[in-house]
Amino acid sequence: MKETPLSNCERRFLLRAIEEKKRLDGRQTYDYRNIKISFGTDYGCCIVELGKTRVLGQVSCELVAPKLNRATEGILFFNLELSQMAAPAFEPGRQSDLLVKLNRLLERCLRNSKCIDTESLCVVAGEKVWQIRVDIHLLNHDGNIIDAASIAAVVALCHFRRPDVSVQGEEVTLYTPEERDPVALSIHHMPICVSFAFFQQGTYLLVDPNEREERVMDGLLVIAMNKHREICTIQSSGGIMLLKDQVLRCSKIAGVKVAEITELIQKALENDQKVRKEGGKFGFAESIANQRITAFKMEKAPVDTSDVEEKAGEIIAEAEPPSEVVSKPVLWTSGTARIGEGVENSWGDLEDSEKDEDEGGSHEAVILDNIKMDTGAGVSDIGSQDDPIVLSDSEEEEMIILEPDKNPKKIRTQTTSAKQEKAPSKKPMKKRKKKRATN
Amino acid sequence: MEGAMHTTAKVCTETGIEFSPRGPGCSLRHFACEQNLLSRPDGSAAFLQGDTSILAGVYGPAEVKVSKEIFNKATLEVILRPKIGLPGVAEKSRERLIRNTCEAVVLGALHPRTSITVVLQVISDAGSLLACCLNAACMALVDAGVPMRALFCGITCALDSDGTLVLDPTAKQEKEARAVLTFALDSVDRKLLMSTTKGLYSDAELQQCLAAAQTASQHVFRFYRESLQRRYSKS
Repeated sequence: MKETPLSNCERRFLLRAIEEKKRLDGRQTYDYRNIKISFGTDYGCCIVELGKTRVLGQVSCELVAPKLNRATEGILFFNLELSQMAAPAFEPGRQSDLLVKLNRLLERCLRNSKCIDTESLCVVAGEKVWQIRVDIHLLNHDGNIIDAASIAAVVALCHFRRPDVSVQGEEVTLYTPEERDPVALSIHHMPICVSFAFFQQGTYLLVDPNEREERVMDGLLVIAMNKHREICTIQSSGGIMLLKDQVLRCSKIAGVKVAEITELIQKALENDQKVRKEGGKFGFAESIANQRITAFKMEKAPVDTSDVEEKAGEIIAEAEPPSEVVSKPVLWTSGTARIGEGVENSWGDLEDSEKDEDEGGSHEAVILDNIKMDTGAGVSDIGSQDDPIVLSDSEEEEMIILEPDKNPKKIRTQTTSAKQEKAPSKKPMKKRKKKRATN
Repeated sequence: MEGAMHTTAKVCTETGIEFSPRGPGCSLRHFACEQNLLSRPDGSAAFLQGDTSILAGVYGPAEVKVSKEIFNKATLEVILRPKIGLPGVAEKSRERLIRNTCEAVVLGALHPRTSITVVLQVISDAGSLLACCLNAACMALVDAGVPMRALFCGITCALDSDGTLVLDPTAKQEKEARAVLTFALDSVDRKLLMSTTKGLYSDAELQQCLAAAQTASQHVFRFYRESLQRRYSKS
């Protein structure tokens, strides 16, 4: 689905509002939207909401062989996904420019800033190291993806616990969470991205632009900073020329914002830790606001399954019994077998070899046998047994062989009558043959 | 609003008295659902069954690609995204099952040459994932206002090695089970829309599971009803 274009009047309206220092959602120039952090039941899972932008972060780990040139360092892997859920314009499985840009920025912000001690992820040098994988899924796109993603990545990394390992000689033992408490990653600092949107060639500046503002902005400046006011990454995109003063001013604002966000993250992490320690309820179910009318909860519901067996018994009793199965396989010749009542393989029947015909004949006899009983048109032993068997190659005979057993009466009575005229001597012979076969 | 709250409380206590569960397995885990929580999709829902949680978003009826256009009905697309890594064969097969279920109930003929896209994101997997996906998809379709013939729900049953039936199993129960059966049932005649099974079971056990799923579906549909009642209680 294509993105809905922004109309000219909307664009003008937004720009006019920005000139008048007004924002559509009532914020001031330097205001961030509300940030909400909630944690899942398993470690390393969090959802970060930045206004209406919503991001899911999940960290996972795996023991792998290290890279050849860095034998003592663990591997960090970041993967940001723009799900189609976030906006209809995002196509699944396509690396768009935006996605590449965001992924790279996230990598620079978190991996290149050395915020995680990769050496502590080494288990056996040159053989086994931890690979930490950070998956970030965008769930709802309402602007400023990178800030939300960087917060989610940092929070998920802080929340994550990896299984404990011990090395004795050559042997590496991996402990389950029940055996030994999982260990947290060692994190040196928390770099957080702060975005600044510029309008009218840098005359106006907004912090944390929303989706509408992002669509009318001229340029974007992203500063990644930690709470010690150290800049980890800085990126300017959109092709605007910024003055030195502007960049310095932005970095000052970023410092304030990062301090606030870091405090919020730490509070959220502490809260979750406390709840887990006390054995209280945690997970996403607890983060759903009860007072919202769009939300609803149901406690554990017992289901009465006492009558299930009776019901099942009734259904089975009513159902048709399964068809009788021939338990003994029929052996035609050595190396072949037939189970059930299906017509045997007729491949290669095209040429009328004697044996095929015989078998076909015996089958026909089965059918004819039934019919004789039904119709009562008993064909008594007219011909003697020594009479030569005349096998007709007529189409009727072929029809008999291929007919399903369901309602054989109609056609077969016709064919029998036809054949009675043709070769009455044939039948008793076949009947006898059939008996031999079944015996 | 107050009234709605009261009735739900009453129903809960009633169910508590009415049924005496035979074993710990014959119960559904606690359910939670939040609708309309995302701003971009036309309809969205988060569905939680115990610790299993799925987020669903629905776009549609919307513009469709010419290559996917069907001239007499809507094109239904289901995308299931795992939490870790890229979608694989397991996700594709689940997508297909969910799509077939949705196609059976969505009245696509009312919106020809459009697309209805259901995007499901696994938030956490603690057993009965497919059932939770189905429930989330249904609630999101309801939220998007897509016309449907009936509602549907997913129920998972697990059979132990000694033949004990467990409804809505956790991941651990699923792992230990001899057979795991997932059914999708519709709300009008409680008929089977989809079934997928894993493991060994007899025909009697299949019928038992189906009967148990039908009983459990009443609870799920009541949950749907109450949650929608609550949602539309304020005008």
